[in-house]
Amino acid sequence: MTRAPHIRLLPDGRRLHLQDGPIDLIVEARGSETEVRHAYDAATWRFTGLLDELCAELPLLRQPADPVRCRLLGVIARRMHMAVAPFAADGFITPMAAVAGSVAEEILGAMMKEARLGRAYVNNGGDIALHLAGGEYFTVGLAERPDVSGLLRTMIVHAGDPTRGVATSGRHGRSFSLGIADAVTVLARTASQADAAATVIANAVDLPRHPAIIRRPAHELQPDSDLGARLVTRGVGEISSSEVEQALETGAVCARKWLAAGLIDGVALRLNGRMIVVAAKNVETMDSSSPLRKVESTVDA
Amino acid sequence: MLTEPNAAADDKIRCDACPVMCYIKPGAAGACDRYANHDGQLVRVDPHIVLERTVSHGGRLVPFQAGGDWDGKIVHEPSIFVTAIGAGTTYPDYKPAPFIVSSEIDGVDMVTVVTEGIFSYCGVKVKIDTDRYLGPETATVRAQGEAVGHVTTGEYGSQMLSLGGVHHLTGGSKKEGRVTCDALMDLSNCKPVELTIDGGATVVVQAGYPPIVNGVPEERMRVGCGSATIGMFAKQWHGKVDEVVVVDDHITGVLSEHQAGKLLDIPDTGIKMKGRRSTPGRYFQVAEPGTGWGGTKISNPLSVLGPFDVKKARPGMTMLMVSTTGEHAAYYVLDEALRPVEKVMPIDLRSSVERIQENCEPALCTVLFMAGAGGSLRAGVTDNPVRLTRSVKEALTRVTSGGAPVYVWPGGGITFMVDVTRLPAGAFGYVPTPALVAPIEFTLKLSDYAALGGHMDHVRPLASLKDNTEIRQTLSQPPLSGPRA
Repeated sequence: MTRAPHIRLLPDGRRLHLQDGPIDLIVEARGSETEVRHAYDAATWRFTGLLDELCAELPLLRQPADPVRCRLLGVIARRMHMAVAPFAADGFITPMAAVAGSVAEEILGAMMKEARLGRAYVNNGGDIALHLAGGEYFTVGLAERPDVSGLLRTMIVHAGDPTRGVATSGRHGRSFSLGIADAVTVLARTASQADAAATVIANAVDLPRHPAIIRRPAHELQPDSDLGARLVTRGVGEISSSEVEQALETGAVCARKWLAAGLIDGVALRLNGRMIVVAAKNVETMDSSSPLRKVESTVDA
Repeated sequence: MLTEPNAAADDKIRCDACPVMCYIKPGAAGACDRYANHDGQLVRVDPHIVLERTVSHGGRLVPFQAGGDWDGKIVHEPSIFVTAIGAGTTYPDYKPAPFIVSSEIDGVDMVTVVTEGIFSYCGVKVKIDTDRYLGPETATVRAQGEAVGHVTTGEYGSQMLSLGGVHHLTGGSKKEGRVTCDALMDLSNCKPVELTIDGGATVVVQAGYPPIVNGVPEERMRVGCGSATIGMFAKQWHGKVDEVVVVDDHITGVLSEHQAGKLLDIPDTGIKMKGRRSTPGRYFQVAEPGTGWGGTKISNPLSVLGPFDVKKARPGMTMLMVSTTGEHAAYYVLDEALRPVEKVMPIDLRSSVERIQENCEPALCTVLFMAGAGGSLRAGVTDNPVRLTRSVKEALTRVTSGGAPVYVWPGGGITFMVDVTRLPAGAFGYVPTPALVAPIEFTLKLSDYAALGGHMDHVRPLASLKDNTEIRQTLSQPPLSGPRA
């Protein structure tokens, strides 16, 4: 096979870029020079062949997940299944919903095995696995909509928080969405869990059968999509502000459920410039545009 | 937005670039967005360029060192700020990981919010300094045979083109959208683009360079219209030649009839001009427009003249014919039959022609990128839709593009224009939507940011970036006129 992963340090000399097929990772580790080198060596080593490993089980990964049984073998594939399994009883989901987060987690794990780091992250196209030692924190920037410039918001993840994964899903991303959310950003214990939850919650932000929403069967767009004939959102026309609220609220109901179940730590749902934050505690946010519509605490939800 | 062309018949191909082995429909890309099915062929598509560009810039932030003193006011250039070029880390996942950076300038903290915007609503306005006829107003402008824009108004010494816009990007065929996107990106990145105008010329446009019209590079803008040229040079011609005709597609000037000639008591010469007389010494439409003398299609200037009036003209009379740029000039003497015969131009007339040339500015193509950043910003505050744009309009938030100043149009939204030559090389990219990716930065006072409810203790200090990023010197050019946000 002539294909080789693309591995290099970015010109800033700090971050590592790993790319193979559809996987595209930006990795940064902080620590002593030696530790960082060990971490990057470990990441590179683990990354090589990783896509082949995943693709070996691709047909099964594209099948709806069984809530209980897992027939998958690979460590990443099994992590994907584990991440989506809690959602599988409620409806259709395949392990592919957690692929990006699971890969990020795997690479971060490989780094942590080989190096002592103060802070590290593996960003797989917005699905991010974090490592934070005591006193460290991450600032996560959110775009109002991923594909449109706009003022941003940030969320702070401290070492003391349980969160070690951040993921964003929505209709502008590279994978299809069944919902209409511009972006749903989830904080969770792991990147794979955040990835799966973001997919599920973004799908829930919806206005079923609304005439202004263009949907197409997924397999018409990508013949081998795991979503098959399910209708994916291709365009959102004029929708009223009350409909925006309604769609966001449907998503928030879903989010509260998974928050109460302990699967996620917090989530920001965005649609047409409106945002709802659902979080176990007040997620620190820095708002540069519109004031939060509401920051709700659903500890007792 | 609401319509999407249906994919063609089922002639999908299987990509073997990686073990995912995607089936790809015609016109679509695989899971990686790097390989696509282009008319049945597996091709590497250019989101990769965006990715490569972004990654090769690697989210590399480019702080700008700008000239001028900082007086604490936001409308001035901060001494350093960070551009959005390459801010999206893992494009084309459309999940940019933007940076918020603070820098302290004379005690005033600044916050720059950087991202790369994807603009479906965008285009370029092209100003081509030429008197040559490029094509009729509203004529379609094509690149690679596809309609990418139209000819708009002629301005003083220049022809304007309006290219791109949402109709060409997403309203036409897929190919039209792709070609438009390519043309816009190349023009915005200061690369040459060949444009063909229906019923007109072929012109190579490159920002900051002279236009090449039908293969001939333009050198100079005209000094003025034909009539204005007469006015400017009448005194220099007085006593050296009996008649001067300044050939111009718009207004051809005739010295002996022109007000400037009358004031110098220049006698009638019996000259007869073709075309439509506007006022004395000023003629419209002496010839069809073209790429010859003075923006007309003529190569022989005598063709704009009728026979001389036998009652006023006399053998031996001298005449200079010159174009508005001095690029074309010829000297004639009337023979016994009162026919103009071309002769070697006397030195002092030659120097007046050189003077016209000297007074013509170099002809350039200039390209302004124009885009609307309004969508999500306006939608962001449905309670009071103008609130966010107001912060821009009131200069609380300054908008820049790749560090370059922009002109923000009055009215709704944040529709801005920027001179593409002021952005760093390769600042523009595209996504296959198709749409252009352009850097845009919002800079506001930290105190204003805080007033909007921000948690300021986690804004990243600029010093944390500076060590690892390329420092660019920007030219201390005056900003574009008009209100700046």
